[in-house]
Amino acid sequence: MNDIINMRIFLILFLCWFGTFNTAVAGDNNGKFDVAETALHHIADANHWFLFGNVYIPLPCILYDRETGDWSVFMSSKFEVEEKGTGTKAIDRYVLNHGMIQRVKEKSFPMGVQDIKLEGHGEKVHVALAGAGGHDHSHDHSHDGHDHDHGHGEHFTVENRSIWDGGMLGGGMSSYYDFSITKNVATMMIAFLFLGFVFFSMARAYKKWNNQGPKTFWQRLLEPVFIFLRDDICKPVIGEQHYMKFLPYIAALFFFILFLNLIGQIPFIGNPNVSGSISVTIVLAIFTLIITNINGTGHYWEHILWMPGVPAWVKVILTPIEILGVFLKPFTLLVRLFANITAGHIIILSFIGLIFVFADIGVETGMGRGAGAMIGGVLAFALGLFMSAIELLVAFLQAYIFAVLSASYIGAAVDTGHDHH
Amino acid sequence: MVLLTKFWPIMPDPGLLFWTTIIFFLFWFLVGRFAFRPIADALKERERSIDEALASAKQAREEMSNLKAQNESILQEAREERSKMLKEAKDIRTKMISDAEKDAKERASKIISDAQVEIDNQKKSALADIKNQAGTMAIAIAEKVIQKELKGNPEQEAFVSTLVNDIKLN
Repeated sequence: MNDIINMRIFLILFLCWFGTFNTAVAGDNNGKFDVAETALHHIADANHWFLFGNVYIPLPCILYDRETGDWSVFMSSKFEVEEKGTGTKAIDRYVLNHGMIQRVKEKSFPMGVQDIKLEGHGEKVHVALAGAGGHDHSHDHSHDGHDHDHGHGEHFTVENRSIWDGGMLGGGMSSYYDFSITKNVATMMIAFLFLGFVFFSMARAYKKWNNQGPKTFWQRLLEPVFIFLRDDICKPVIGEQHYMKFLPYIAALFFFILFLNLIGQIPFIGNPNVSGSISVTIVLAIFTLIITNINGTGHYWEHILWMPGVPAWVKVILTPIEILGVFLKPFTLLVRLFANITAGHIIILSFIGLIFVFADIGVETGMGRGAGAMIGGVLAFALGLFMSAIELLVAFLQAYIFAVLSASYIGAAVDTGHDHH
Repeated sequence: MVLLTKFWPIMPDPGLLFWTTIIFFLFWFLVGRFAFRPIADALKERERSIDEALASAKQAREEMSNLKAQNESILQEAREERSKMLKEAKDIRTKMISDAEKDAKERASKIISDAQVEIDNQKKSALADIKNQAGTMAIAIAEKVIQKELKGNPEQEAFVSTLVNDIKLN
């Protein structure tokens, strides 16, 4: 029995390592391996679900042209990917570049489905209509990456989807919104369906075996967790009077975040970085912000707007700070979750990247690519294993922290202050 | 080194914001209302029923011990009652015997006294009888004596005849 458990543990750890190794392979450029580049690429969302080798799951693309108001809806398989998630078709000027949809900037580019040849990476992408020239453009972006010269005729540049960052984080508005079911969205849908199935079957089991102990697998597995959420988070933090009202929200937060954290660590399924995307954590934090403040009591607002028991001149200073605090609290939530999960993904990807870094070193030192990769592999395995274990802990910890802090903000808002005086 | 790829995860993407809002809201609303709420209620109900069962078991145990004590006291009472009844019966028996004895004695003395009276009466009547007999015999003797005396004495006879005649007139 113990041997079986040990073997399972080993197998799981091995898969963790191999899974990340696997994703790293896909990021290997021709030429020298760039760890940062690869890591950044793999933590990004994608319009195409990469599994391994050249195997992808196509995802629905839903794109909105901000200028004309037109919707373009199609499956990502329509881009006809050849390799590395880069499509060979342009659809309504949209192209698929390394798994991510971009759009040809120039309005002169024809709409509809076009055969294209896409070159470059990131922002230095040039698109050419296939069969209309077919030059080699490598010399073009060697001297100027941001070549917007329309004089090249059939050479086109691309832009990314619109980002609501006011241009401060390198995003900014463009000609389109991407409302696609991306890898992250699909992962959340899986989370929704899976957790829905689990908890609905649990609820049914409680109904079926009324007033009896846990009978099904999910009941036995999750009942202690649920009771922990109720008795060790909601009850002490929100308070005896209101905790049952907010228990479903706290439980939804905890299980949703936990599932997304964990699914990002399962190898072979593309390691989606959902809870490490700030868009996701922003939404979760806004939910907490809204729920906290619409349930705020007079006592809560009094303490924010006109703190009792302090001199008037202190109140003048305190009130802006307290109002800022209303927004800062959820803001810390969203940053904490985003940063922890993204950092974890980057660190693991970096460790796995050691394989390729050492392979390159092996070539440079004349040791040979294989020998270098071997050294890198040993390092990657050891460090990756260690980091995977920590990430597993972080997955639970961050879900717990988000839930418990949300509960404490709600608890502070519903508190009528009678307990303290 | 200029990175070719942007740091996408930190960019607030309208599409992802939109879908996260929809999915998480649905998750919270549906699973919260139709799974978490019933589960929480079921757990609470189960805890309540366990507490209740334990309390009622405790109560039953207490009642049982009460009942036992009660039975004990009833038994004790019954025992006392029995011994009391036995004592009473004994008393009654003694009384009955003594009464009977007394009664018997009274009757016996009455019979004896009655017998005495009877004997006295008999004696008296016997004495009276004897007296009568003796009287009669004395009279007869006296008669015979007188007769013998009177025989041959006409005067006497005449006197007697007048006496008899007087009697007849009465």
